[in-house]
Amino acid sequence: MGKQRVAIVGTGQTFHKSHRPDVNGQELINEAVGRALVDADLTIRDIDAIVIGNMDHFEGINYVDCWSVDGSGGFMKPVIKLTTGGTTGSTLAIGGYHMVASGLFDRVLVIGWEKNSESDTTGAITTAFDPVWDRLVFAGAISGLAAEAQAYMARYSATDRDGARVSVRDRKHACNNPYTQLRKEVTVDEVLASPMLADPIHLLDVCPRSDGACAVIMAGEHIAEKITATPDWIWATANRHTYTYLGDANFGRLDSLAAASREIYAKAGIREPAKEIGVIELYQPYSFAGIMWIEDLGLTGYGQGAEFVWSGATDMDGEIPINPSGGVIACNPIGATGLIRCAEAALQIMGKAEGHQVPDVDLALSTGFGGCFWSDILLHGRRKPDF
Amino acid sequence: MARRVGICAVAQTTYEPDKWTERFQGMALEVIESIQAQTGVDFSAGRGIGMSINVSDDIFDARTISDNAMTDVLGAHFGCEEKVAQEGIQAIYYGLAAIQSGHVDVVLVVGHCKESQGKSRNRVTHVAFDPFYTRPVGLDFCAAAGLQAQAFMDQSGLTEEQLAAVVVRSRENALKNDRLPAVEPVTVEEVLNSPMLADPIRRLHAYPVSDGAVGMLLVAEERVNEFSDTPVWITGVGNSMDSFFLGDRDLASNDALKQAARRAYRRAGIADPKTAFDVVEVSDLYAYQQPMWLEGLGICDTGKGGLTASTRGHCKPVINPSGGTLAGNPMILGGLVRAAEASLQLMGKANGHQVEKAATALAHGVMGPAGQFHSVVTLARA
Repeated sequence: MGKQRVAIVGTGQTFHKSHRPDVNGQELINEAVGRALVDADLTIRDIDAIVIGNMDHFEGINYVDCWSVDGSGGFMKPVIKLTTGGTTGSTLAIGGYHMVASGLFDRVLVIGWEKNSESDTTGAITTAFDPVWDRLVFAGAISGLAAEAQAYMARYSATDRDGARVSVRDRKHACNNPYTQLRKEVTVDEVLASPMLADPIHLLDVCPRSDGACAVIMAGEHIAEKITATPDWIWATANRHTYTYLGDANFGRLDSLAAASREIYAKAGIREPAKEIGVIELYQPYSFAGIMWIEDLGLTGYGQGAEFVWSGATDMDGEIPINPSGGVIACNPIGATGLIRCAEAALQIMGKAEGHQVPDVDLALSTGFGGCFWSDILLHGRRKPDF
Repeated sequence: MARRVGICAVAQTTYEPDKWTERFQGMALEVIESIQAQTGVDFSAGRGIGMSINVSDDIFDARTISDNAMTDVLGAHFGCEEKVAQEGIQAIYYGLAAIQSGHVDVVLVVGHCKESQGKSRNRVTHVAFDPFYTRPVGLDFCAAAGLQAQAFMDQSGLTEEQLAAVVVRSRENALKNDRLPAVEPVTVEEVLNSPMLADPIRRLHAYPVSDGAVGMLLVAEERVNEFSDTPVWITGVGNSMDSFFLGDRDLASNDALKQAARRAYRRAGIADPKTAFDVVEVSDLYAYQQPMWLEGLGICDTGKGGLTASTRGHCKPVINPSGGTLAGNPMILGGLVRAAEASLQLMGKANGHQVEKAATALAHGVMGPAGQFHSVVTLARA
């Protein structure tokens, strides 16, 4: 029984690029904040509080909530900083939701950002894991994902062509999104011919490193409808964080996503997600996840994800389009990435996605992935939730 | 009105200069097991802990996603886990929001830090400065505090002798606090003669390098009786962020603290902070901060902080009966420990440093260079 319902009333993103030497972090943040304020037709004076996050090791700046204030607009405002690794962006969205739903604030600005060009991304991610048991064998982000994909392929006889098909889809979708970083169509053969990074993950199967920021403005029920005629109502949120040790994970299944999605479906009364949900922005850092994780979401049965993707069901004109924005494979400013999924889902609900708009979306799902096979989910709706 | 939130239990390890026998996970486990023993809470779905909030500093822990190291300990296996990457009192703010939003009833907050693991904690706060303008001149939080102390002493007339008295009294209080076994008494002479760190801050004006962990259980109004006979209500919260660059600020102004306090007092319905509290716990990382923050909080009049902090009986509340941050808590846990100590006072469980008949309290937290970011939490006995 929250104090009030919550809606997203404005979003803003930078034009994400591999590196932005023309701006510092504060300026990068400010670009996204400025666009979100314009989108909602608000000024920074209208904002009651700020929720911000990134990955502290990446830019090598500690306490960035304090450092970023000139860019965030947080001067003399309440500020909360949340960071949970890859899930940071979705954690921020859920945090902003609680801040408004609780009635503590009516208009909250949520900011996720990363300037990966200033970091040694894999060097930093390696430090997230246990120095004795995990770092030596699971250095960086890609090795755990490769182990997951291998386990899945062994269990369900999937092939690297199946993974490549997902990459082809997302890279095609990205061409319609002016804000994303990699906008070039590829073929299955090109994906398979690209250099092998960690078997079975080729270069074109996996996300790039990006500089970028995303800002989302959330508002309480009575204010949201005054700010915009098409608010994106947040129906439900779920968070499932799990392991500390990578070796504990159930490789080949994303159990955290399965559990989080069941919590969401139960809250919203969803029985057939593939039919009832209009679009999904999936935090899918590499192609094979686009097969495995849609099974965990319950869109298809186990082992049937590849067939579902090959059928075109997840393409732009399919039954349930996935990643109309191009997804994480097209751009990945890590602390912003989960929030970009949330913002893109909001754009779909609000009818503002322009060149990558899916027609008539009533329900949209956005997810976050990170840490040690952790998952977050938000469910977005055009209609105000009646619970 | 949103439902009220109660603090049903708090637990702390001892705070010591170097807990080299413990990993930080071990320190946190000690805290969680104590909270479980006090309340009987568990992690069962729907009934037990619905959300775990970790407080840690990636740079101090030398791990990115430092909560990744904590999920096992926090019982977050397929549970809801979040990390507040700020001074720990924000976790109370966030836990309050999550309960008042209606999503969870029971929130576990656990913060840890081992400042001893770094070669120098000043290296950790040095990287809080921007790489181009302020790092090259060698700023860290101690140096920034020195600039603020200069400005505040200049404005307020605070004296070296008053600063020494603050330290002596902090240590006297801390000697009664069993969480601080390493504290030793000092004399005014010793403080006045201790080496200079960042003029006018002397070594004994600065909180010692500290390791430790602290936790608490936050529970929705309807369910507090399941976990505690002595819950403490969170009556108000407020925080506020000042400018980042020191040159953009009036360092002696207390602007952000006043704003944070106003927000908390408004939520709590407090009209006169001078008379509203029996106990006040402020985060005094350096001795000058105790009088300065007391002025900012409105516990005493502007210009009277030195007198209030250096002598007993010049204000209604008892100030830092625990010894305060000055006696030794990790920086990023300072405010969370203050809230824990204030809660113990209101629960009547502060043992050797219990304030008689304490019914209302204020806890304060600070982060960022020279008090950039302040947080205030007000509490009341049920």
